[in-house]
Amino acid sequence: MSLPLIVFLFFALLAVAGAVMVILAREPIHSALALVLVMVALAVLYLLLGAEFIAAVQIIVYAGAIMVLFVFVIMLLNMGLEERTNFSKFAYVGLVAAFALLLEAAHWMFHSSVGAGVANGSQPVTAFSTVELSKLLFRSYLLPFEATSILILIAILGALVLARKEE
Amino acid sequence: MEFISQHPVLVVSIVKIAVLLFVVMTALAYLTWLERKVIAHIQARWGPYYVGAHGLLQPLADGLKFLFKEDVTPPVSDRLVYTLAPFLALSLALTAIALIPFGPPSVTLLGQPLFVVSNIDIGLIFLFAVTSMGVYGVALAGWSSNSKYPLMGGLRSSAQMISYEVSLTISVVGVLLLAGTLDFNGIIEGQSGYYLHFIPRWHIVPQIVGFLCYLTAAIAETNRIPFDLPEAETELVAGFHTEYSSFKFAMFFMAEYANMITVSCLATILFLGGWLSPFPDSWTWQLFIPGAGLLALGLYCAVDTAIAMRGIARLQFAVVTLLCLGGAVVCLAPAIASLSASAPVWVATVNTAIQGIFWFVTKIVAILFFYIWMRGTLPRFRYDQLMSFGWKLLLPVSLANLVATSVVMLYFMMKGPG
Repeated sequence: MSLPLIVFLFFALLAVAGAVMVILAREPIHSALALVLVMVALAVLYLLLGAEFIAAVQIIVYAGAIMVLFVFVIMLLNMGLEERTNFSKFAYVGLVAAFALLLEAAHWMFHSSVGAGVANGSQPVTAFSTVELSKLLFRSYLLPFEATSILILIAILGALVLARKEE
Repeated sequence: MEFISQHPVLVVSIVKIAVLLFVVMTALAYLTWLERKVIAHIQARWGPYYVGAHGLLQPLADGLKFLFKEDVTPPVSDRLVYTLAPFLALSLALTAIALIPFGPPSVTLLGQPLFVVSNIDIGLIFLFAVTSMGVYGVALAGWSSNSKYPLMGGLRSSAQMISYEVSLTISVVGVLLLAGTLDFNGIIEGQSGYYLHFIPRWHIVPQIVGFLCYLTAAIAETNRIPFDLPEAETELVAGFHTEYSSFKFAMFFMAEYANMITVSCLATILFLGGWLSPFPDSWTWQLFIPGAGLLALGLYCAVDTAIAMRGIARLQFAVVTLLCLGGAVVCLAPAIASLSASAPVWVATVNTAIQGIFWFVTKIVAILFFYIWMRGTLPRFRYDQLMSFGWKLLLPVSLANLVATSVVMLYFMMKGPG
């Protein structure tokens, strides 16, 4: 086994274990921490793919900002232990969807040219520099980028309207 | 030897990490000494005086005390998270320092740059990634203690660190626009050159507003007075670390000081030209500054040893004197050697290394002194003042700075290169 493969397996398993912990932990803070673990493990996987910038941004945005807000809200509300419910009927729908997604991913991995190339090593993993990324983002895909910003701005305004006290 | 020549990256990295860890840990300890001394003198007191000459062994005594105190874990606490929090705080704070280049990359050991542990081309983004995780240490410590004052401290700190991180990041973007790179070495080298042949072309000159915003936000990020609400002792006993004792408390303490050093390093790199000397290269007498400074310190200590010190303190201070004089000899010898025309090439390299380290450390110490000075001068903010200051003043000012910088840069770009 090569070193990158060992690192990949370790962090992939860590990500899956973290994701399972998010569901199984009864303490909300433990769930949130497990989610942070998933985010960090994913960032390491991005690093393995040569996407340094995405890895760093993954940590800054998800682990450093969004999950801190989660932890903050859980602490603020001082939530107690989670109450367990019986198995929900909607879970079956989720099960079917998850299975379909898994099949699709497996199909893509083994039958598309890129996936097969990555799997048997003939397709080199291209390191993507920050300069190239910014050129794509601010030239080729400027309109979608700006549209996303406006969407987020609208979401912020919506949150403000909801949070404002009635006069 | 064969192993060393086969794995230069591994061997050099391990040596660098070991040395850096030792230096940073010592620096942390003596930063507490410096802080107590400076605060004491601001308040017309003596500060630590009895453990060692001028209290110089006080950090050692403090460390031993932390090690031997009873480690109390509250029975109602969340054991796992309670233990995890201090480790998280300290390890993240120390990881950030690994990214800092302390000297020019031209100085190498076995082909590896000597003065930086990990040189990656998105250094700044990665540093922000590591420091943005730092809030977990404080927040989780507050929550897992299962006690009301720590919880309030943890809540305050999460809110404060999220709020000020926005201004901190935006205040730095102006520098990034000027530098055009995220690589620390690139940012520093972009600041070489001089306005009017003697004013250094550091980013602090065009980015003075950004620098002030950065300093303010950095003080808030590191939970220092006047922004130390997470541990406001008059309101919250000791804030988030109320329930921590012994070495776990010491770890929070060290993490706070390590964070101070990190933000000072970052301010030095981004705004003050990193390891660059403030004087033009043609002024060769600047090679003598580090040695002369140490020599003056050594002579002062020698006079102090001879006149003011008595008993064991005299012996301890004689050691300090010898260290200073030895350092002066080490710094002066290559500077004098470089005067002769037939000096070997490595003399110039040694001089570059000494100059780089000297100016970097001097700038860091100046910012740290400013930090301590603030602590000795300003009273603490009230919580609502803290929030409105961060969101209603600091954020708009740093945003305005960003917009102004971009507009000016766009103007010069349209005018053509020049």
